[in-house]
Amino acid sequence: MEITISDLWQSAPMVSLTLTGLVALLVESMKGGRTTAVYGLSLAGCALAFVFSLWSLGSEVIVFNGMILQGGYASYFSMVFTSSAFFTIVLSRPYMQRLHREQGVLYILILFATVGMMLMASAMDLIILFLGIELMSVCLYVLTGFVRTKVTSNESAVKYFLLGAFATGFLLYGIALVYGTAGTTNLKLISQSFAQLSGNSLFLMGAGLLVIAFSFKVAAVPFHMWAPDVYEGAPTPVTAFMSTGAKAAAFAAFVTVFIRTFAITGTPISEVVAFIAAASMILGNVTAIAQSNLKRMLAYSSIAHAGYMLSGIAAGSAEGETGILFYLAAYTLMNMGAFGIISWVEQQDDTKLTFDDYAGFSAQRPVVAAMLSVFMFSLAGIPPFAGFFGKYYVFLAAVKADLVWLAVIGVLTSVISVYYYLRLVMVMYFRDGNATIEERVPGFAFAVIGVIAALVILLGLYPSLVVDISKTFFKL
Amino acid sequence: MILESIVFYSLAVASVGSALLMVTRRNPVIAALYLILNFFCLAGLYLTLQAQFIAVIHILVYAGAIMVLFLFVIMLLNLGDERKLSDAISPRKIIAGGLSLALLLELLSIFVTGTEGLPEYNADQALQVGTVEYIGKQLFTKFLFPFEVTSILLLAAIIGAILLAKKKPD
Repeated sequence: MEITISDLWQSAPMVSLTLTGLVALLVESMKGGRTTAVYGLSLAGCALAFVFSLWSLGSEVIVFNGMILQGGYASYFSMVFTSSAFFTIVLSRPYMQRLHREQGVLYILILFATVGMMLMASAMDLIILFLGIELMSVCLYVLTGFVRTKVTSNESAVKYFLLGAFATGFLLYGIALVYGTAGTTNLKLISQSFAQLSGNSLFLMGAGLLVIAFSFKVAAVPFHMWAPDVYEGAPTPVTAFMSTGAKAAAFAAFVTVFIRTFAITGTPISEVVAFIAAASMILGNVTAIAQSNLKRMLAYSSIAHAGYMLSGIAAGSAEGETGILFYLAAYTLMNMGAFGIISWVEQQDDTKLTFDDYAGFSAQRPVVAAMLSVFMFSLAGIPPFAGFFGKYYVFLAAVKADLVWLAVIGVLTSVISVYYYLRLVMVMYFRDGNATIEERVPGFAFAVIGVIAALVILLGLYPSLVVDISKTFFKL
Repeated sequence: MILESIVFYSLAVASVGSALLMVTRRNPVIAALYLILNFFCLAGLYLTLQAQFIAVIHILVYAGAIMVLFLFVIMLLNLGDERKLSDAISPRKIIAGGLSLALLLELLSIFVTGTEGLPEYNADQALQVGTVEYIGKQLFTKFLFPFEVTSILLLAAIIGAILLAKKKPD
């Protein structure tokens, strides 16, 4: 009944990242505020946690008195989160320096948010799930409003905070009802008694409230209202972090509760999730067409992608889980890459964010334009890029679960999405102009985006690299 | 037994009454004071359920800290235009009202019909679970890990609050 050294050792990714955050906080508070040291320390912490996760991928243990799972599923997501955090930190530095707003505490908050995400992915207890979501969200609220001199940044932070707090209310009420009917918050115990519980309307209501809370966090229709404004107002690297790491974390929790714990196939919950998925795909893709601001376009596209992934949850099967896991890895890479390049092109005063500002980009910066095209093709789901197999797996899972109509909507809306993704490619290559990157991009950031683009292609060519691993994760 | 029912019903009436008064008052300060009364009634109800810990925490956190925050905000904002609260009825309000009513009926029907099959607790267990001693013991044994995680959460919240509230954005 106590925390042992072996518990701490077995949760090395999370513990090491937390300790890095605390040490970085001390370094930051020292006289002279060594921002570069905090930057380096944060990157090293992410890399270390990534290595620890990779190392523990094959072994799965439940530690801390049944509270969290380590290894396997949790390690897989830890790798996604730490990569997302690493990329975000690398991209944040030049962005914040241009605004003269660089502070070490930015990196520390990213680290703590990542710890929260890891807790969400490893939770075996609803209490841990709640604490993880809150830890992540609190850090993200502050990160969104980090540029205090900008009105848009403040506005989006307030919006995100108020709506996020509201969603937390739904989450807690849902947890309370599940606890009230199941008599426990432990997910393993709940999964064992799910067959009896699923007939209880009070339990179903709790599960429904959990669906609302998670749908808010993944920005699915009709709980998506915050996403476009918050994505637009937040500093672009933070938007990248929100749309990749935070979304992956919310899906990790969604999958843990609704596929791994609850056997939702054939229950009303599955129908509700299928409806939310269909609505997200349709509304996200159709609204994205009308956007001229790239950050808003990617926000609506992220709503649509949430819809694709939710079809995997509606399927409620192991195939659905595998599909979502692959999709999230691919989505994290391609979205991070896209936002990264956008953050280089945009100007301090929030200009150069529209499609037209990319006219002639390919002539000025051919390599960057090529990389951005890779990300756009991948987001559109065109083979051989990673995005294609993500969609393929989740739609396949939906078809196998007799949700053919959902897969049909998914495919049709993907066709719509090709329009607005390729519009950017078209503008870059076929319209005359002199769009370029005004300020010098640090070589390291450039190399990182190059690696991301390579990974998007690699995962598209060899999807089995990820899929085979995710199939070995044990079930509750 | 009769005494228990008397206490329960008087607290129940008082809490529903104060809640109604709270939402119908024009003056926000008076509404906030009714909310405090409501919190005290709820704390009393917790006491009748043998949940001493929750009762005390409810008064400390809600009636104490959170209400002070509420009053501060109300006074800082200096809400002079509370007449705006009685806007004309718009279609949006009707839709919102209809949806709320539907949700209320749904919740009521579920609470009336859906309570069978719940885990049962006898009086002894209830007596034990509500004490500070029991909760403390659980917190430092079974729930030690969430307890530690909470400290990280609070640390992150403090950093964020200081960052956003600093006088000079540097």
